[in-house]
Amino acid sequence: MEQQKIIEASLCYHCGEEIATLDLVIDDKHFCCAGCKGVYQILANNNMCAYYAYNDTPGKRLNLNTHFEYLDEPSLLKQLLNYQDETSSMVTFYIPAIHCSSCIWLLEHLYKIDAAIFNSRIDFLKKEVSISFKHQEISLRKLVETLVQIGYEPAINLQDFVKENSNTVNKSLILKIAVSGFCMGNVMLFSFPEYFGLSNLEPQFKALFGWLNLAFSIPVVLFCAKDYFLSAYASLKHKHVNLDTPLALIIAVLFLRTAYSVIFNDGVGFADTLTGLVFLLLMGKWVKQRTYHHISFDRDYRSYFPIAITTLQGGKEKPKAINELAIGDRLWIRNGELVPADSILMKGDAWLDMSFVTGETEPKHKVLGEIIYAGGKQMGEGIEIEVVKNASQSYLTSLWNKENYKAKFKQNFNDSVAKVFSIVVFVIAFSAMVYWFYYGNSAKAWAAFTAVIIVACPCVLALSTPFTLSAILAVFDKKGFYVKNTDAVEDLASCNSIVFDKTGTLTTAENAIISFTGNLTDEDKKIVVSLLNHSSHPLSRQVLKHLSCNQFYPITQYKEVLGKGIRGIVNQQMVYAGNQSLLPFAIKAPEKSGVHIVINEQYKGTFIVAQQWRPNLAKLITKLTTQFKLKVLSGDTNKDEQALQTFFSPLADISFEQSPQEKLTAITQQQQNGEKVMMLGDGLNDAGALKQSDFGIAITDNVNNFTPGCDAILKGSSLSLLPNFHQLSKDGLKIIKISFAIAITYNCVGLYYAVQGTLYPLVAAVLMPISTITIISFTTIATRFFASKNKLL
Amino acid sequence: MNILYFLVGCSILMALIFLGAFVWSLKNGQHDDVVTPGIRVLFEDEDSKVDS
Repeated sequence: MEQQKIIEASLCYHCGEEIATLDLVIDDKHFCCAGCKGVYQILANNNMCAYYAYNDTPGKRLNLNTHFEYLDEPSLLKQLLNYQDETSSMVTFYIPAIHCSSCIWLLEHLYKIDAAIFNSRIDFLKKEVSISFKHQEISLRKLVETLVQIGYEPAINLQDFVKENSNTVNKSLILKIAVSGFCMGNVMLFSFPEYFGLSNLEPQFKALFGWLNLAFSIPVVLFCAKDYFLSAYASLKHKHVNLDTPLALIIAVLFLRTAYSVIFNDGVGFADTLTGLVFLLLMGKWVKQRTYHHISFDRDYRSYFPIAITTLQGGKEKPKAINELAIGDRLWIRNGELVPADSILMKGDAWLDMSFVTGETEPKHKVLGEIIYAGGKQMGEGIEIEVVKNASQSYLTSLWNKENYKAKFKQNFNDSVAKVFSIVVFVIAFSAMVYWFYYGNSAKAWAAFTAVIIVACPCVLALSTPFTLSAILAVFDKKGFYVKNTDAVEDLASCNSIVFDKTGTLTTAENAIISFTGNLTDEDKKIVVSLLNHSSHPLSRQVLKHLSCNQFYPITQYKEVLGKGIRGIVNQQMVYAGNQSLLPFAIKAPEKSGVHIVINEQYKGTFIVAQQWRPNLAKLITKLTTQFKLKVLSGDTNKDEQALQTFFSPLADISFEQSPQEKLTAITQQQQNGEKVMMLGDGLNDAGALKQSDFGIAITDNVNNFTPGCDAILKGSSLSLLPNFHQLSKDGLKIIKISFAIAITYNCVGLYYAVQGTLYPLVAAVLMPISTITIISFTTIATRFFASKNKLL
Repeated sequence: MNILYFLVGCSILMALIFLGAFVWSLKNGQHDDVVTPGIRVLFEDEDSKVDS
């Protein structure tokens, strides 16, 4: 009990992080940093502490480092706002920090903080908040700053404004399913008397029910099945048969035969089969659609760059949208900001972190007049640069925007089968017709012809694929592997070669291992900790955590030299912590990089932050080696070559210092050799290669982070399951083929009656649902079986 | 049995009303977000707390 209390006391009341060094106390509550305390104070002042009632420590640690001047630009405002009238505006933001019910409560009570915000609604799954506010009383910039102050920084980037609305597509499909389900239910109702032979007693109803069935079929054919006709027409126009072609034909034949039967009072027709078929087909389509909220597979450079950047015009700072940047513009890049376009360094000391662009881990120093490529992140003081290329044409983005990556048209299993299927069905249908004409029975000839087409319905094909593959996607989803769509699963199954990126893919950015080369006495440790405690630089925090020392000395003359390190006087001793250019004298360090420590003119040693390999990497590689050809393409220097060779077999191809273009070319070459390449990468430097590969997987430790365009997103922690994922996708294709065989058996039974011209509507109406139910239950059970066999359930 | 004509008409009419209600709810955006409202109802309404 006592112990638990202590543990609780050392956690921040707001964000729940351990209070390592600074312990701020207010109202008997402990906070880890000024940011968390600030949020608490705002909430307390506005009487909003119910925020903490719904969840323990619901907050997130703040990162106050962003500038929102650009939100005052009228031209940008227009792009951002959903709606604006004379007094009020509405805006929708994506806020990655939304994660619990407290967030919903807080963000829906924004009016308590500022009365000008009169409505805010959250969509929890999409992590979106729609805010209505009186723009005369609160500007958008003020609104965003309020959000940031309480810890909910919206992610504002260019791509969010141009997102296409996939919701409406989904809605129209649901509407079609509703209409076809409605018609199917009613048609079934009016077909029952026929099934049970009641119509003999009440013949006058037979005609009525027939006409009603026909009436219900009309919206199904014209509205619900419209897309099949359009798709079939489009594919025939290109002299090519896809799966929709036979489906459209069957729907048309079913409808025409039903209409003929009803109008000429000749039997009851196939309205029940027709409506049931369309309903099931649309269900298959719906299952196939899988919406991943706020995971985007088609991100491009626009979502990586901020929406606006500070330009200097006549010595004055002015925000400008990135897509409006022109050659010759002077930009002002602050610490931690991205360079949005290829530029020349004009003023200042540039230390650029290019890790996302090139894969190199060390920041690069650039001198005046040097070209700076877009995508680098400034790690020091502010710099002034001049744009030499538009944002959309810079070195990186041009690589990304290259069209002709994949061949536009890919033929999948279904379409290739549909072709053969259609030909076979037509041959049988025509031979049956010719046979009956030969024997002079023209009525039977037509009956047989249409019956063959009806009974040989490839609806099983149209259903087994989406049901199987979407069940597989659901399994993947649970294990942190998000695949773009069902078609991509087929690509995954066909891969026989894997290319890895190193930084961020085989290594993980989190949990870096910190080691110290020299020796520090306890007294030295205290001194170093006292210095580091004042810096918010991630490296300082990591080293601080590593030292875990909770006593501090007062410090004077503290100075942080951006991009280099920190220094200050502790106990009358000058202490330096940083890279070599900061130190007062040259040192002989065993490692060039890292945090060098100098106390009182004496070099003590260096903290080396080693990248950590992902857990179970060796096991994973061993497993993959048996099935795949492996290759590593790293943008980094070859400092990790030896470590990599311990993981990979000597046969594996490991290349270093690969530029993004070289990576892309390497993949293309492999593909020309007939290999199906799976690429795993994480950064912008892999973007081209990911797109070029047959199956590109972006690895990320946080799914909400930026990932380049790809076919699938894989959580770093699930990397070790990669062989299982691949095996399951292969099993999935097996399931589809088996279900196809089952369907053919059913079709053969139906065909036996059909060619004789004796297919009664009842037989068709029973046969179709039975085969469908068999297939759907088979695919579901088989998928679960294979998933547990592959240890994914 | 002629009553059946009337009953069939009634049943179709009722079914159409339900279909219309569904279409209305779909267009009205009631199916857009099915998670948040469930969480929202659990919040205490502070204004009513003051009243009681």
